[in-house]
Amino acid sequence: MNEMQATEKSAADGGCKKNRRAWFDWISWFVLGTASLIMSLPLIGFLLGSVIWKKKDQWVPLGKVAAFKPGTTEMVTVKNPVRGPWDGITGELALYVRHLPEGEEKQFQIFSLHCTHLGCPVSWFDEPGLFLCPCHGSVFYADGGYAAGPAPRGLYEMKYKIEGDQLVALVGHYPTLQSPGSANVEPTQT
Amino acid sequence: MLNGVKNVLMWFEHRLVLRETFWPIVRHPVPRSLRRKVGWMYVLGSTAMTLLFLQVATGIALSMVYVPSAGEAFESLNYLNFQVPLGWLLRAIHNWSATMMLIVVVVHMTQVFLAGAYKYPRELTWMLGVILFFCTVGMAFTGQVLRWDADSYWGLGVGAAMMGRVPFIGPQIVDLMMGGPMVGGETLSRFFALHVYIIPGILFATLGAHLYLVVRKGISEPPEVGKEVDPDTYEEEYEKLIADGEGDPFFPGPMARDAFFIGFTLLFVLAIAIILGPDGPGLAPDPANVVVEPVPDWYFLSLFAVLALSPRSLETYIILIAPIIVVGVLFMVPIFASRGERHPFRRPVAVLSVVFIFLVLGVLTWLGYKEPWSPHMNAWTGDAVPVNIVKRLSPTEMQGAVVLQLKACRNCHALDGIGGHRGPDLTYVGSRLDRPALVRQVVQGGGNMPAYGKQLTGAQITALVDFLHACRPENRPPAVVPTPGGAKGEKRMAINEPPQ
Repeated sequence: MNEMQATEKSAADGGCKKNRRAWFDWISWFVLGTASLIMSLPLIGFLLGSVIWKKKDQWVPLGKVAAFKPGTTEMVTVKNPVRGPWDGITGELALYVRHLPEGEEKQFQIFSLHCTHLGCPVSWFDEPGLFLCPCHGSVFYADGGYAAGPAPRGLYEMKYKIEGDQLVALVGHYPTLQSPGSANVEPTQT
Repeated sequence: MLNGVKNVLMWFEHRLVLRETFWPIVRHPVPRSLRRKVGWMYVLGSTAMTLLFLQVATGIALSMVYVPSAGEAFESLNYLNFQVPLGWLLRAIHNWSATMMLIVVVVHMTQVFLAGAYKYPRELTWMLGVILFFCTVGMAFTGQVLRWDADSYWGLGVGAAMMGRVPFIGPQIVDLMMGGPMVGGETLSRFFALHVYIIPGILFATLGAHLYLVVRKGISEPPEVGKEVDPDTYEEEYEKLIADGEGDPFFPGPMARDAFFIGFTLLFVLAIAIILGPDGPGLAPDPANVVVEPVPDWYFLSLFAVLALSPRSLETYIILIAPIIVVGVLFMVPIFASRGERHPFRRPVAVLSVVFIFLVLGVLTWLGYKEPWSPHMNAWTGDAVPVNIVKRLSPTEMQGAVVLQLKACRNCHALDGIGGHRGPDLTYVGSRLDRPALVRQVVQGGGNMPAYGKQLTGAQITALVDFLHACRPENRPPAVVPTPGGAKGEKRMAINEPPQ
């Protein structure tokens, strides 16, 4: 009788131990899983850093207002405010500044030189008063409006203001269709 | 002495047990029919793999000098080209071996497709191969970025502009791709990591699985006309082909063929590298230099052409949806056609598809190379009005020729074949359009031409139209354009016909 009780008791003990062990196993895997998940957060955050913590456009002086002749369009090169310390020549930013003829609504227009089709650099032709893209031949009028070619809209335009004698523009990011220039003029199409 | 060497070898073998693990792999049996000439079709996979190893070796060597920094990458490449002993040759080998690898991978894929080798039970081998193909293309693109010249810089801009069209999350993808709001140092570092760590990691993992399946499922036997793949019986039949005494061990017999072909390919790559030298870097990656004509490397020229030629309204869909369809179709090929005939003689649709795809890619690549849609940015000052046209012009017409040059019309319009080819050649335009039509076209534009109404004075338009009117073969009367809805409502084309 005693013997039987003893075996029963040890069996029950074993079962309990087994349960405890299985439970402990689950806990262990759970700990590892949670730890891995938490550990991956900084990595994911780092990799997505440029999306989550975007560098914002900044106001950059483009030159003295008096230096731009009314009725002309010219290219201006400045240091890109969102450049990195070792960006070298790619840290520069080129823009077209159009000083409108006197009597117009606004005084200036600041254009990105990236074609709205696929981002190639448009060239300004003074005589015909057109921007021409070397890649697929999109053409834009002097006011940035769409003229011809595969581009889906007119040139990207930046906000500007005049501070003292300086022309200052809000620039930085590479403009794309859904993230156009800071002035975000409604797309013009013909 | 010999005994000593043997003892050392045995010491290692006792610990490594290669005779049980490695030896059966290199000696895995292949069908005897590979002894025939058709066996040469089986050398392409191992050639691609060897070129990959060559890329790793030359890539590691180049990474000892190359600086993946936006400010210094360009100089470090010129330093490699002109200062580092044999630097130019290593860059040349890396470039031409990459080109050769891409070609071999495509030919390998085509051969496997035409021979129906992707059918049961090798569907997964094909799918992994598709991943390997896209890894190779990815390496080609990221490698081109590391060249960090004007083409690479503007190429990234084009990539970003394409990604920017993805609905809703486009801007986020652009920021992720560029590592910031602009193309710069972090973009280059990102593509360096992709080119050196990430894609090679995926590539080698996939290659391992691909090879495992090649050895495990056996190499496909050369296709025979009339012999169909039936999943119920295929494996049994294949076992018979490679059973003891029937199959050949891969090493040394069939492998020797691979060795010969690979050796030949390596010598060919070296010769090309020595003769043609390294590729670039071209112009410096200067964001302010607009006097560039960004062109991708040859393997992306067909894509470049598609982007130029697709209709504006469809373009976004072509950019975003076509790649998904291409990848999907390539992946699903073995699922749709996992059984049946393997021999190309019995698979006309498969053969025609291959012919069609290569024709389209070939034509698009040729167009991408000629790029007739790109304006000639210097034609307005660089390409004179041909003398034979000038010498028969009146003074007003001559003024018109000056207007044509100054207003940069020549950038898109050729005279006597010289100038841009985006718009029609104007040599004989006077015999195609009459004066009102010419005036309308100049003033209003249309048909991919900007309206010049605001850019020209009345006198300039008169002179220009006079000139264009005179642009026709000698003794050919000017064009007469039909009056819409004429006397009897009929439309009559009178172009090239004398007025009545």
